[in-house]
Amino acid sequence: MIIGDIVNGIVIDHIKVGQGEEIYHALELDKLDAMVIVLHNATSAAMGHKDVIKFDKIIDLDLDKLSYIAPGVTVSVIKGGEVVVSEELELPERLVNVVQCRNPRCITSVEQELAHEFRLANREKRVYRCIYCESEA
Amino acid sequence: MRHLLDIMDFSVVELQELIDCAMDIIAQPKKYAETCHGKKLATLFFEPSTRTRLSFEAAMYELGGNVLGFSDGSNSSAAKGESVSDTIEVVSCYADIIAMRHPKEGAPLVATRRTGVPIINAGDGGHCHPTQTLADLLTIHRELGRLDHLTIGLCGDLKFGRTVHSLIAAMSRYEGVRFVLISPEELRVPGYVINEIMEPAGVPYVEVRSLEEAMPELDVLYMTRIQRERFTNQEEYMRLKDSYVLTPEKMKTAKQEMRVLHPLPRVNEISVAVDDDPRAAYFRQALNGKYMRMALILKLLEVTV
Ligand SMILES: [Zn+2]
Repeated sequence: MIIGDIVNGIVIDHIKVGQGEEIYHALELDKLDAMVIVLHNATSAAMGHKDVIKFDKIIDLDLDKLSYIAPGVTVSVIKGGEVVVSEELELPERLVNVVQCRNPRCITSVEQELAHEFRLANREKRVYRCIYCESEA
Repeated sequence: MRHLLDIMDFSVVELQELIDCAMDIIAQPKKYAETCHGKKLATLFFEPSTRTRLSFEAAMYELGGNVLGFSDGSNSSAAKGESVSDTIEVVSCYADIIAMRHPKEGAPLVATRRTGVPIINAGDGGHCHPTQTLADLLTIHRELGRLDHLTIGLCGDLKFGRTVHSLIAAMSRYEGVRFVLISPEELRVPGYVINEIMEPAGVPYVEVRSLEEAMPELDVLYMTRIQRERFTNQEEYMRLKDSYVLTPEKMKTAKQEMRVLHPLPRVNEISVAVDDDPRAAYFRQALNGKYMRMALILKLLEVTV
């Protein structure tokens, strides 16, 4: 299946089937002033099936958020029809203002100006802990 | 410049330096009597803890320094809505070092960002209380002559007890240490202490329900209080509360060189009849807390003696 090829834009590939919609909303692509294609259940040599998102605008993606919700996806930047950057995302070491600490005893619950910051405590188990109170994200 | 927010901020080598310094203070207190002359410690207690505050203040006075601060957040600027950062920034103008206690977890970390002086966490909510662990370590060192090759029993509320989690983390770094975790089912050590502290460190542990059964093999028994409100099932509480009370009867099966520690205050989890047993180390432990706070203040102020 051929999709309208992107000349200048971004392709988020190797998304687990069903997660395309979640990423679309998490990255607020619905607010993007560009053509956005969310492809469901595409066939993939490596994964069997996958979701893919493409849009024809180069924007500053929140890669921390994207890699947190969907580690393993590939982000490719396309300029003039050529792939100029392509990167498989790993879980980020730090998350800043991606998730909120829910611990009511955490200092972030009373000091509103503080960023909600988490560090990766266990990569295998995908455990993030608040840098202030060590609660799990 | 260093701070102490979490006991794990210090390496085993640094902890040993603190213990060595504390031992030297105990041996020759006069040598240290003027080492902090002209220096000021601010004790900022946003929630009251008389015991910990007095220990810090006594430590600073014994080093020849001065103390300023407040003992209850409800009388301070924090009660008027001032942020931790602002309070700390102002106090940093007057003090050379700050010991702070705060009900919110992570407040001392926030404090480090807006200060040019060392911050000591004197307790932040249910999170960390590293100077308690310093007291625990010096006590084990003094009472048993070593920090390695020990079987350490932790008894009572192992779920919410922050002193328990810090002691496990600190002791997991010593060779030959194993833990016997003695608690009711509802108050077991949280999974992350097992998965993220003990297992990566390769420390052996067993979880048991009965204090009596564990007693004969222990080198250290660290007692904690079981709070009634932690139990969802009050019948369960009534059934269990006495089984985690240390009595002279239960002490009979313990080793002669075993030592009982408790972070204090005690309520009724250790019978007062145990106090006269030479193995009861909990009041000496409180005194050790002062010596370790003295050693800590010297280290963070980079005072050479
Ligand atoms: Zn938190």
